[in-house]
Amino acid sequence: MVWKIVLLVVMTWVIVGAFILPAPQQAIGEASRIFYFHVPQAWVAVVAFLVSMVASVRFLRNGNRLEDDRARVAAGLGLLFSLLATVSGSIFAKVTWQSYWNWDPRETSILILLLIYGAYFALRTAVTEPERQARLAAVYAIFAFVTVPFLMFVIPRVLPSLHPSDSIVDESGSFAMSLETSVVFFPSLAAFTGVFIWMYRLGRRVTTAERLRIEE
Amino acid sequence: MPKNSIGLTAKSWAVLRKDIQVEFRSRYALNAILLFGVTTLTVVSFSVGQKNLSGELYAALFWIIIFFSAMSGLAHVFVREEDAKTATVLRLTADTTAVYWGKLGFNFLLLSLLEAVITPLFLMMTDAILHHFFLLLIILFLGAVGLAGATTLIAAIISKASVKGALFAVLSFPILLPLLIGVINGTTKALTATGGVTQASSELQLLTSYAVVMITASLLLFEFVWEE
Amino acid sequence: MYTLEVLGLTKGFGPRQVLKDVSFSLTVGDSLAVIGKNGSGKTTLLRILAGLMIPTRGKAVFMHDSQKLDRAAIRQRLSYVGPELALYDALTAAENLRFFGKMRGISLDNELIVKITEMVGLSGRENDLYRAYSSGMKQRLKYAVGLLNDPTYLLLDEPTANLDEEGRQIVSQIIARQKENGILIVATNEQEEYGFAEKQYRLDG
Repeated sequence: MVWKIVLLVVMTWVIVGAFILPAPQQAIGEASRIFYFHVPQAWVAVVAFLVSMVASVRFLRNGNRLEDDRARVAAGLGLLFSLLATVSGSIFAKVTWQSYWNWDPRETSILILLLIYGAYFALRTAVTEPERQARLAAVYAIFAFVTVPFLMFVIPRVLPSLHPSDSIVDESGSFAMSLETSVVFFPSLAAFTGVFIWMYRLGRRVTTAERLRIEE
Repeated sequence: MPKNSIGLTAKSWAVLRKDIQVEFRSRYALNAILLFGVTTLTVVSFSVGQKNLSGELYAALFWIIIFFSAMSGLAHVFVREEDAKTATVLRLTADTTAVYWGKLGFNFLLLSLLEAVITPLFLMMTDAILHHFFLLLIILFLGAVGLAGATTLIAAIISKASVKGALFAVLSFPILLPLLIGVINGTTKALTATGGVTQASSELQLLTSYAVVMITASLLLFEFVWEE
Repeated sequence: MYTLEVLGLTKGFGPRQVLKDVSFSLTVGDSLAVIGKNGSGKTTLLRILAGLMIPTRGKAVFMHDSQKLDRAAIRQRLSYVGPELALYDALTAAENLRFFGKMRGISLDNELIVKITEMVGLSGRENDLYRAYSSGMKQRLKYAVGLLNDPTYLLLDEPTANLDEEGRQIVSQIIARQKENGILIVATNEQEEYGFAEKQYRLDG
């Protein structure tokens, strides 16, 4: 219970701080404030994928439907956050580079993540028998995850990038965020992760309860 | 009954031969895939035929044709078994891994045939110029292996869905993206004067590792899809 | 000594309970008739035992001399023949036999194929397409395929469906031989077929 209050406080600070403190990247201007929201959203989208994949592996190994509930909820949140990340990124792109979409590697990667989540749920909808649905979804989640290393390493090398590349670690490899930026960014990362965990736990309880009710 | 033991390779081969035999007598998937390919190619050629486009654009158009043709025919190898109810006996008698290798082989052959038909036609019907023949050959080969490798498992997945529709394409596209990027870039280099095998080394590395990874992952995951 | 132990097998499709807590124990020489009206879950039970379906709860344990058999071993020693099975329409009977023989790890030469087709009363028809067979002939060929691996565990769903007098005789012989050397489970709601097995298990409601 306490941690929810802490989360509220931190998130409030993040939202306020994002607008009060100086913009993180002066070169780009005010729009760079979106960095505080966009990056954590993308981060959560990836974490959700990891959670979903691990739960899927567990499910295939032990057949425990609880793991499938976990995988499904995590995927649902992943869909939500990758949608948010794509939209926030797109808004930023429009303001800064005058176009909503540019096929920059990171844009492409988050879009692919969105497509994978969409495909995951399309698959679940198309299989009516619950046991089979859980198993096929788990296989797909794992199979799709296998392509992630390719996306992470290949695409940036192959597509030219628009993303500011030196916001977190600069060319020389050392930590490049100023104190003012860190003070909002890291709490934001923690807050968004906290929101994810909260929604995940709630969602999982609801999904499991729903499933058990149907089975009775 | 004489009990000789037949190895995995021979069994996989038997599955492949059986699928070729059955396919040859009905030609269902072959017709679907070639018809789609040639029709799409004709449309492309019609709108783009005499214009002189860049190597990149030709490469993209070529692989669009291949990708969608593949989507129209590669699921057949599993869907037909389920629809005809022959999948049950296959499940009861056959080694799961042999089934995968056999079906993978079949899809690879189907794709190779598609490429063999579409590639020369494409070069004839558009103004694309093939500068580096050998490179294109390698790209086509690796592309076919990768495409078959990534989609055979997905074909098995959708064959067990109640509503198929566009599901095959929806599931395949995100997973195929790294492959598509690799083959399109590689083909671009084959269609431009400055390209060549040495220039395309990163694409070739990408395609090779992709094929290996996807086939390995498929082998590990296939039993969970095939055995109910 | 091969055995089969079924413990609390339960299967539901969503809210619909098809099998509830099915349990029994069989060993070589045993034969069981699973009886029940249409929709009572006979086919579902057989399919679960054949490994074609996963139960919601419970399990079926196949053992050889107290050693549990894994999936691959079960597949080698088990055969299932039922009405919803189909062989390859576009292949001839001989080609079907040769293919499934290979899957079972057996190379069938022409001589053997002729012998097998004779055993199920399909002499001279081995080069006809499966598609051209009548339903009775198809049933006989399914038996031929089902017996290729000399199964320890033989599961038959509606064993004499579509068969004429001669066909039924052939099935009787197959069943008699199976009861001597293996385990037989027959799913049926035909009175005449009850006699195929010594024991009975009723699935009702």
